[in-house]
Amino acid sequence: MAASDVKLLGARPSPFVNRVQVALNLKSIDYEFIPQNLAEKSELLLKSNPVHKKVPVLIHGDQPISESLVIVHYVDEVWSGPPSLLPADPYDRATARFWAAYIDEKWSPLVRNLINATDEQSKAAAAEKVFEGLKLLEDAFVNSSKGKGFFGGEKLGFLDVVLGCYLGWVRAGEIITGLKILDETKTAALVGWAERFTSNKAVDGVIPEPEELVSFMKMQARAAAAADASSK
Amino acid sequence: MAGEGVKLLGYWGSPFALRVRSALKLKGIEYEYQEEDLGNKSPLLLQSNPVYKKIPVLLHNGKSISESLVILEYIDEVWKHNPLLPEDPYERARSRFWAKFVDEKCVPALVGTISKVGEELEKGAREAREHLKTLESGLDGKRCFGGTKIGFADVAIGWIAYLARIEQEALKIQLIDQQNMPVLAAWIDYVLEDPVMKELMPPHDKVFKHMIDMREKLIAVVSN
Repeated sequence: MAASDVKLLGARPSPFVNRVQVALNLKSIDYEFIPQNLAEKSELLLKSNPVHKKVPVLIHGDQPISESLVIVHYVDEVWSGPPSLLPADPYDRATARFWAAYIDEKWSPLVRNLINATDEQSKAAAAEKVFEGLKLLEDAFVNSSKGKGFFGGEKLGFLDVVLGCYLGWVRAGEIITGLKILDETKTAALVGWAERFTSNKAVDGVIPEPEELVSFMKMQARAAAAADASSK
Repeated sequence: MAGEGVKLLGYWGSPFALRVRSALKLKGIEYEYQEEDLGNKSPLLLQSNPVYKKIPVLLHNGKSISESLVILEYIDEVWKHNPLLPEDPYERARSRFWAKFVDEKCVPALVGTISKVGEELEKGAREAREHLKTLESGLDGKRCFGGTKIGFADVAIGWIAYLARIEQEALKIQLIDQQNMPVLAAWIDYVLEDPVMKELMPPHDKVFKHMIDMREKLIAVVSN
């Protein structure tokens, strides 16, 4: 596969971009990573994703595909040889998709609320909600993995990639809040899984270190505050 | 088509349940339908969808599947005839992209507007029109999202066809602009005329009354 045939418009700190990187790595697909400046969006980005103007965008040949979960499905379908990212059985596929939607629509906003909590009381309340969600995900993991190491079973699959790419932000959140989010006394199976995910070859070098994400968040907060101040 | 123990928990007014009913009908799958009273949810519903406790839920061979778009993909994968998703991976990606766009942008805009008044209503209508205009670009000039016949995205998005028109009527706002969105307006006509979709759309008067009632309740809540 010629490297120029597959391009990924992305930004390192984005867990959504990371998902696509891991998926491409799992499939051993060569691709060109084109880093994007999200403060000053490129012509290519605006042209390739006119609806959302966001990363990631996968450009295959000259066809752009947007939305991380849509892209991961696309990668699994175009490069359909092993390893398969989605499970084979339709019910297992539905279960994986269900949890992916839960993670993106319900759980990750809870994590964001926790990271952004300003006082101890709202932090505690936010943490409680995050842990409730993690309990559901712990059960989902036990059911999905069927005794093996990943949501996908023996190998990394779709749901591993979906949840796993948030781990950088989860770790950053632990630094910022001083709380243990992935706690072996609460969700032991997920703690073990997180370890295995992060040390997997396909994930190597993709997810930024938590300290880098903490700096990135602080930089963004400063930029937002400056923008606020200058618009007053 | 043998039922193979297919049951759908739904609600007559839910666009999400309508998606699943459309898919089952397009594939000719026999199923048992259970209408849920959303104010008094059945034990079966609470048990089958413990995470959200919402309809639609598809029960098949003793297993439950929730979330309408997840259910659509499941139906398409289990019953492979009359496919909803196109064969080409890029076209599949486009179908999924637009179904997701509708859920993220159009649903909140259309549903959110129902309870608004005055300037907020104008603003809501404007936002909804913008999203509908963007949605139109997904049609790419074609008569439906599936290309030549109703497909995954049309099933996912089709409820907009009846809801947007009724909302215009009930709230006295403009959402579908014939001049500004001719392709989308034509798509709406196409969907409303499709025999399968037509049969499943809830009756105009029932939806109209339901929307007026809901609007009055929501406005009362907001002003208290």
